[in-house]
Amino acid sequence: MNRLVIKGGRLIDPSANIDGIYNIYVMGGRIASVKPAATDTSELNEQSPELEIIDASGLVVTPGFIDAHTHLREPGFEYKETIRTGTMAAAAGGFTTILCMANTRPVNDNGSVTHDIVRKASAEGLVNVRPVGALSYGQKGERLTEMAELKAAGCVAVSDDGVPVLDAGLMRRALEYAGGFGLVVISHAEEPALAGSGVMNEGPVATRLGLGGIPNAAEDAMVARDLTLAELTGGRLHIAHVSTRGSVELLRLAKAKGVRVTAEVTPHHLALTDEAVIGYNTNAKMNPPLRSLEDVEALRSALMDGTIDCIATDHAPHSTIEKDVEFDNASNGVIGLETAFSVVYKLCLEGHLTLAGVIKALTTGPAAAFGLSIGAVRVGFPADIAIIDLEKSWKVEAKGLKSRSKNSPWLGTELPGRVVKTIVGGKVVYDLDKENK
Amino acid sequence: MRIKKKDLLGIEDLTRVEIEQVLATAESLKDVSEREIKKIPTLRGKTVINLFYEASTRTRTSFEIAAKRMSADAVNISVSTSSVVKGETLKDTARNLEAMKPDCIVIRHSCSGTPHMLARHINCAVVNAGDGAHEHPSQALLDMLTVKEKKGGIEGLKVAIIGDIAHSRVARSNIYGFTKLGAEVVVAGPATMIPPGIERLGCRATTKMEDAVKDADVIMMLRIQLERQNDAFFPTLREYSRTYGLDEKRVALAKPDVAILHPGPVNRGVEIASEVADGPYSLILDQVTNGVAVRMAIFYHLLGPAKEEG
Repeated sequence: MNRLVIKGGRLIDPSANIDGIYNIYVMGGRIASVKPAATDTSELNEQSPELEIIDASGLVVTPGFIDAHTHLREPGFEYKETIRTGTMAAAAGGFTTILCMANTRPVNDNGSVTHDIVRKASAEGLVNVRPVGALSYGQKGERLTEMAELKAAGCVAVSDDGVPVLDAGLMRRALEYAGGFGLVVISHAEEPALAGSGVMNEGPVATRLGLGGIPNAAEDAMVARDLTLAELTGGRLHIAHVSTRGSVELLRLAKAKGVRVTAEVTPHHLALTDEAVIGYNTNAKMNPPLRSLEDVEALRSALMDGTIDCIATDHAPHSTIEKDVEFDNASNGVIGLETAFSVVYKLCLEGHLTLAGVIKALTTGPAAAFGLSIGAVRVGFPADIAIIDLEKSWKVEAKGLKSRSKNSPWLGTELPGRVVKTIVGGKVVYDLDKENK
Repeated sequence: MRIKKKDLLGIEDLTRVEIEQVLATAESLKDVSEREIKKIPTLRGKTVINLFYEASTRTRTSFEIAAKRMSADAVNISVSTSSVVKGETLKDTARNLEAMKPDCIVIRHSCSGTPHMLARHINCAVVNAGDGAHEHPSQALLDMLTVKEKKGGIEGLKVAIIGDIAHSRVARSNIYGFTKLGAEVVVAGPATMIPPGIERLGCRATTKMEDAVKDADVIMMLRIQLERQNDAFFPTLREYSRTYGLDEKRVALAKPDVAILHPGPVNRGVEIASEVADGPYSLILDQVTNGVAVRMAIFYHLLGPAKEEG
């Protein structure tokens, strides 16, 4: 049986409050044992052809990251991203499991589409792909999807992500019904009547640039509605891409009341303000938009105090046809899988976040939110692992990115900390050393 | 002396000295339009493309006449935004135009920032002839020239700008311009049309028109887009006109020699009463005349002969 040993790395596993030097033994794709290196007396026959040894001394070893919010674009938009290229990008970013959103063409609103995605992902994907099914047929907000079938086909959650569920009654029924199958309902919280024709955060920067603004209230109002509905129904609600301090306050209140809600924040909403739009940079255009510094600071503290559970990328690939155009006409979204860790690690170095907090939000946070038995380096768990060199900084360049699209707000920037190896089910799916050769 | 700029994208990017240089040039070029032969050879052999993605008669004609009076060749391209081929990016458009070797592209577009994006991809000069709700620098320059001629200077004047500030590129460029030249600018309009943080551009904002026009040396009325009433920015044109329209009673609140400006086209009886638009304080037609001189000056500064650079 194939064996793998990861020796002498600094294991950070928030699920067990571990931060120390450990040896990790993998057998048959699963964690066989985890031993403190100092007292580990196991003798390894290093000549054995079936034994692979990774020397992780000087490196950080963590459970593989879980992204609760990825757009893989396949089927339908393969010119932006495919399951193959999207999972390559995930692997390069240390992600071993990703949840892919339903806004493909056709929409993932029935078991056949889910089956296709799952089949294709297991054949061509480098990491585990867990689909999110649509909440309503065609994401039209009219009729609920067949959630029992979606669940059976492999969906872990339902969401009309990309479009808000306007009908409060439908949202109520979704929260009630989905709960019966253990499906989480993910809310893209946006009140379109308030977002209007806005293309960036409403405020002084939008006024100066002459661009239409989206007020914080467009998000806050819908978060408030959905929290009320979660309280009413007892359903499991997850708020996608939280961007405002108002949402943070509402979440804090709801959690204190015991509402079954979790939430995610993206690396870009943690790191950037609406000033990134200055110069009409379409790679700073996304929905929800980049907000003010006060919002950014509220998001950072909410992540650290657990009000926000997960860091999720909202990886949204778009081609130059959608991005090299007038700001008003450019599509919303940025890619984020490959830069996620480095962006939040930079915030750790600047004292805004902690490494333990960040790793928790990339591993146990999303695992718990979606009820997945992954995200820990624990005996019996799949050997999904990320190995990171905190000392290695790198410059983000379009040609080095695995994603088929290059719409990153970090192009040309130097970022600290880099994923050097990603292991899925005991198999190395990304190795920076081999990339450079 | 010419200002050292590749493009004219907005008044925000100009210093007081640069604004004054352009205005001085415009003043000296004004008499060309009064001559029998309205042409000087300064820009002979230069090509100017007027690329208008948004309907405009006045501004496009003014730029065209300005280029021709400087002896440049002017070509007009009108593109209806709706007919832009899907799949062609702004970068493609820029490269295609550049391949025709123009010296200057004058662009108007309904999307803010489009001239800036074009300028990044193209080596020739780019002049912003109005981008979305962002800036309209040539309009502000001609407004400043008009006021300067009438008042002898701009320093210390009180300038009131009335109307839909949120959607107005004319307002933004004029707030930058007049405050840079030492005037006090007050904007007024319904609260729905005063965008958050407008004060950071250097002006004061109020919802009371009387506040703004009281003792004003200059009143600038903005054109109201009639369709805004459907988006609930104000209930009816009747109420808008009664609350924010300029009639003789409100003119009387201003200084006795107040100058009244309007970028045109005027909605008579809506934002400005006919007797005010045609009255003795109205400089609306002077603005149009000065538009040609200012645009000649812009071309001179961006495209003029290099050896005259001092």
